[in-house]
Amino acid sequence: MTAQPFDLQTFLEMGGYAAYVWPSYGLSFLALLAITWFSWRWMRRVERIAAAASTASRASADKPAQQPSEPVV
Amino acid sequence: MTATNEKASIPAMNIWYYANPERFAGLARTLLPWLMGSAIIAAVTGTVWGLMIAPPDYQQGEAMRIIYVHVPAAWMSMFVYAVMAISSAVAFIWKHPLADVAAKASAPIGAVFTALALATGMLWGKPMWGAWWVWDARLTSVLILFFLYLGYIVLWNAIEEPARAARAARILALVGAINIPIIKFSVDWWNTLHQASSVMRMDGPTMPASMLWPLLIMALAYNLLYAAILMMRMRAEIAERRLRSIRLGLEPSPA
Repeated sequence: MTAQPFDLQTFLEMGGYAAYVWPSYGLSFLALLAITWFSWRWMRRVERIAAAASTASRASADKPAQQPSEPVV
Repeated sequence: MTATNEKASIPAMNIWYYANPERFAGLARTLLPWLMGSAIIAAVTGTVWGLMIAPPDYQQGEAMRIIYVHVPAAWMSMFVYAVMAISSAVAFIWKHPLADVAAKASAPIGAVFTALALATGMLWGKPMWGAWWVWDARLTSVLILFFLYLGYIVLWNAIEEPARAARAARILALVGAINIPIIKFSVDWWNTLHQASSVMRMDGPTMPASMLWPLLIMALAYNLLYAAILMMRMRAEIAERRLRSIRLGLEPSPA
């Protein structure tokens, strides 16, 4: 096969199958991007909440409830 | 093996070293950028190669390029389910604390791969077979796989008590595993429009190298992406379990 100059029009037409090839790639990209994004966001959120809760519970464990009248800032 | 030897063994070789969820979360944190980075590089390489460099098929023309997103998704749909089934077995037999976490974290990723295999398959089937969908053995068994994933996810969410939910989910994952060989061999056992395997064959691939390479690179990309998302979801799952134990006042001492 001889190398042919790249032609954008021909490339986008996909030999008449553009209506099937491009949605396949587009859908794959979007779905994989979505699961990556949601998983990342979920991980960040839960890890942050867990870290904060862990600090809070440790702080309350360090300070036994001896002086309940003292305001906690 | 003596206790000292066991301690000296390489951590990566010992699945029990990472049985401590916090230790595993640390490993996941280290691996994540490497997995994600290499997944992106492989995906870009595979896409450019598949769309621009690989030759069109002599029968199917340019429509054949759908293979580079269809087949990796279909392989992953089965691979992820196999991971879930094996993890469930490990959870039952050895009670490894991360086995349920790995299985639960895998399910939504597997569901996405299966949905993509079905959707890209329909987009390929329409121009080649003249129909978006046919109720043959291959397509039907993959649709059942998709529902197995959904059922597994629903089961985890439907049962309040984590230990009972885990047990029910393991049973579903193991029973559903029977579908995996059915999918694999459906094209050989029954009449179907779906073409037979051209890569994973006993007698070696029948596909020319110019098409096989981009396909394998895309498959690698999908595997790496699965691993990366799995690390994220397992970290999230571990953090959620920790949060639950903190709220119940059972915070374990820091590792």
